[in-house]
Amino acid sequence: MLTQTPEADLGNMASLLETPFIDPTAPEWLQNLRQQAWTDFQNTPAPGRKDEAWRFANLKMLELGQFQPASKISPDAKSGILARSTGLTSIAGRLVFANGLLLARQDISNELQSKGVRFLTFDEAIVAIPELVQQHFMSQRVALGSARLAALHKAKVSTGTVIHVPKNVEVALPLEIFHWLDGQNSTVFPHTLIILGDNAKLTVLEHYQSTNTQAEGLAVAVNDLILGPGANLTYVSIQNWSETARSFQINSTELARDARATNMVVNLGSTYARYESASRMRGPGGRSDMLAVNVASNHQEFDQRTLQDHAQPNCVSDLLYKNALSDFSRSIFAGLIKVEELSHKTDAYQKVRNLLLSDDAEANSMPGLEILADDVRCSHGATSGQLEKDEIFYLLSRGIPEPQARRLLVVGFLNEAIARLGNEDIEQHLNALIAAKSAA
Amino acid sequence: MSTTAIDIDREVGNFTYDIKPYRDSGFGLSEDTIHYISDVKDDPQWVRDFRLKAYQTFLDKPMPTSWATKDLEAIDFSKIRYYLSAQAKTTRSWDEVPDDIKKTFERLGIPEQERKFLAGVEAQFDSEAVYSNVKAAVADQGVIFMGSTEALKEHPEIFRKWFGKVIPTGDNKFSALNSAVFSGGSFIYVPPGVKVKHPLQAYFRINSENFGQFERTLIIVDEGAELTYMEGCTAPKFTTATLHSAVVELVAMKGAKIQYITVQNWSSNVFNLVTKRGIAHEDAEVKWIDCNIGSRLTMKYPGVVMKGRRARGEVISIALANDGQHQDTGAKMVHAADETTSNVISKSISVGKGRATYRGLVHIPKHLKGCKNNTECDALLINTTSRTDTYPAITVRGTGNTTQHEASVSQVSAEQIFYMQQRGLTEGQAMSLSVNGFVNDLVRQFPMEYSVELKRLIDMEMEGSVG
Repeated sequence: MLTQTPEADLGNMASLLETPFIDPTAPEWLQNLRQQAWTDFQNTPAPGRKDEAWRFANLKMLELGQFQPASKISPDAKSGILARSTGLTSIAGRLVFANGLLLARQDISNELQSKGVRFLTFDEAIVAIPELVQQHFMSQRVALGSARLAALHKAKVSTGTVIHVPKNVEVALPLEIFHWLDGQNSTVFPHTLIILGDNAKLTVLEHYQSTNTQAEGLAVAVNDLILGPGANLTYVSIQNWSETARSFQINSTELARDARATNMVVNLGSTYARYESASRMRGPGGRSDMLAVNVASNHQEFDQRTLQDHAQPNCVSDLLYKNALSDFSRSIFAGLIKVEELSHKTDAYQKVRNLLLSDDAEANSMPGLEILADDVRCSHGATSGQLEKDEIFYLLSRGIPEPQARRLLVVGFLNEAIARLGNEDIEQHLNALIAAKSAA
Repeated sequence: MSTTAIDIDREVGNFTYDIKPYRDSGFGLSEDTIHYISDVKDDPQWVRDFRLKAYQTFLDKPMPTSWATKDLEAIDFSKIRYYLSAQAKTTRSWDEVPDDIKKTFERLGIPEQERKFLAGVEAQFDSEAVYSNVKAAVADQGVIFMGSTEALKEHPEIFRKWFGKVIPTGDNKFSALNSAVFSGGSFIYVPPGVKVKHPLQAYFRINSENFGQFERTLIIVDEGAELTYMEGCTAPKFTTATLHSAVVELVAMKGAKIQYITVQNWSSNVFNLVTKRGIAHEDAEVKWIDCNIGSRLTMKYPGVVMKGRRARGEVISIALANDGQHQDTGAKMVHAADETTSNVISKSISVGKGRATYRGLVHIPKHLKGCKNNTECDALLINTTSRTDTYPAITVRGTGNTTQHEASVSQVSAEQIFYMQQRGLTEGQAMSLSVNGFVNDLVRQFPMEYSVELKRLIDMEMEGSVG
């Protein structure tokens, strides 16, 4: 059951880009971090046209002058949000944030709590598990272009989720997190830190949504996923902000030896959605699956940059990004497989497939490889094409009307990535969302 | 695999003769250098203006280090000699070629007998063509084959129209540099319907230390005509950096076919920064066959702009990077008309601490129909310290076009080597055979003389790569 939480203060966020966020009640280390991050934000130049990490991107989307700190949610909006914060049917716990504040929660069972599983907000975590938070909070290098925005996030973030699953504990049902954006030009900084101990197992589903489909807004999200030896994490984030919002999401996964991460992003919303995902192999024997399902329409631009960093031998990484592009939409994919010196027996794969559904859609693909070891198997593929005429014809001949036939084929195209999750509940949920968008 | 680098016999091609340069522009680049070159070459005023404007563009353009290797910063433009001529005038017959230059060519291995296979030999020695002899049969067909300086003076009505149009001066810093100081290179015009039976060939060679070579080549093949052009180079070894920066422009008119073949084997101190591009009109075909074995750093991405319906572009690329070498090669395919097709096949081999990079661009703009691109890049890594990179960029708009890009990285299979060893081959021979097998389907596309030469070069480079 969802329990509403008492109202918290939004803190001193008078201006988004001009003033730092100062919270004297925060622990000293955090205050120092925020101060340093604010300095970094101010000293980091905005990306320019010649910046390879922003090649093909619409740099106008980085002009953020219009955005304001989010304000409190009105009681009317609150009930609407709570009613709409539903995802999967059976879950282990749920947190609902709106405009950066916790609105409601469904706690994890006493059994999981007694095993030491923590499903906390950021402010709870800095009290309950300060060492873990201090050790891992935004500790990874932002390598894919958004260092400036990551610094802004670090300086301004006040709430978010921290999950810790201790050694040898498996959480059978998924945890769900909802982030809502409400009001014109509001800004949120969704933060997620997941730490799995040795051989721990967890599935997390994160939803990013707007209350109003017309309102412009800004989201700068950071997800840090830390996997201990032998840990197994499935993490799915569904970016479904309003189609007028701008979304920046910086995702990093760190895998210790024999860990296994399955990381999927689903992009449906936002006028411009930038997604950076780095997967780093910190021990031998790890496996990282990086998946994306992107359904773009109207003038949406989905800009995705990925890194498969093989810093250790005997690891597997497998990336599959699928873009279905209608109307005037654009996709950018820039991926890099990096095999560092002596990372032998690396098996890395990277594949991006673009389905162009209109004459004005555009797909940009930059699949990259940097290989510094010789005993490896690395390959990548990038294809762009359209629906097969024969396939449409076949469905038509079976009495299925053309719009429906096309939709079916698009869903089939995207399903290759979704099916890799191997979780029927999540698959159903995602397929329903995709069908809803395609039908619109 | 073993970690030891390959020990190549760098002495092959490492020889130099003391030849007195006829003219010398000194070191460094300034407007005076440009005027000097224009004076010596007796350039028409428009060429002089073109050079001066290009010089300004060169100064304005930054080094492309935002995406390219920082090694470019090692080039000191003030320590390069921009113009040098062994002889003031191009000689017409073999007898007139000075003996010491002839000796250099002999060492290079261009046997006289081989010349009978070639329609004409245009040997570039330093920046001027010293020997130019188009066989009578070709000239009779109306083919013009001469040095760039002569061509701009004698046939401006043909060459001026396309000169600097396929590759604008400001395309990149090094095309601007070439436009400012170009000397040497070939200009070819093939009249409509003429199919040049034998390949035309030019051998280039850098001979003076610190001397940069800036050839300019423009080939126009008129409607329905066909031409194969071959370019190969070796250079003696020097201690300080040498810059080679050529511009090659190809124009294939309606239904024309051009095949441009390069075997690049500069010594490992040369910066080889070349801009090559062709325009293919309706039903025309431009094919680049490009093989890079030598140089310290090569940056070369032959391109085809497919301007007319059903035009076709192709790049076949082989790169071999050994210790201290970086082969940064690739292809650019710009589709600008319906039903155009392009194909890129690239194979690279990294040996020792060598680094091979594939950089590609495929562009299919809006509202084109039936365009297709296929790109395949395969990289072979020989030693633990070898490195390979792939950086393609593919832009496709609209329905009705398809692109596919595939790349793979692998090493020579231990089973293959073992099999050959138990059949009595040494490990080195087995490795050589494997590598030759890896590139064999591409090597076969080269003319016979080149494929033999290539096989020999690969064997040489693979010597001592194992063990």
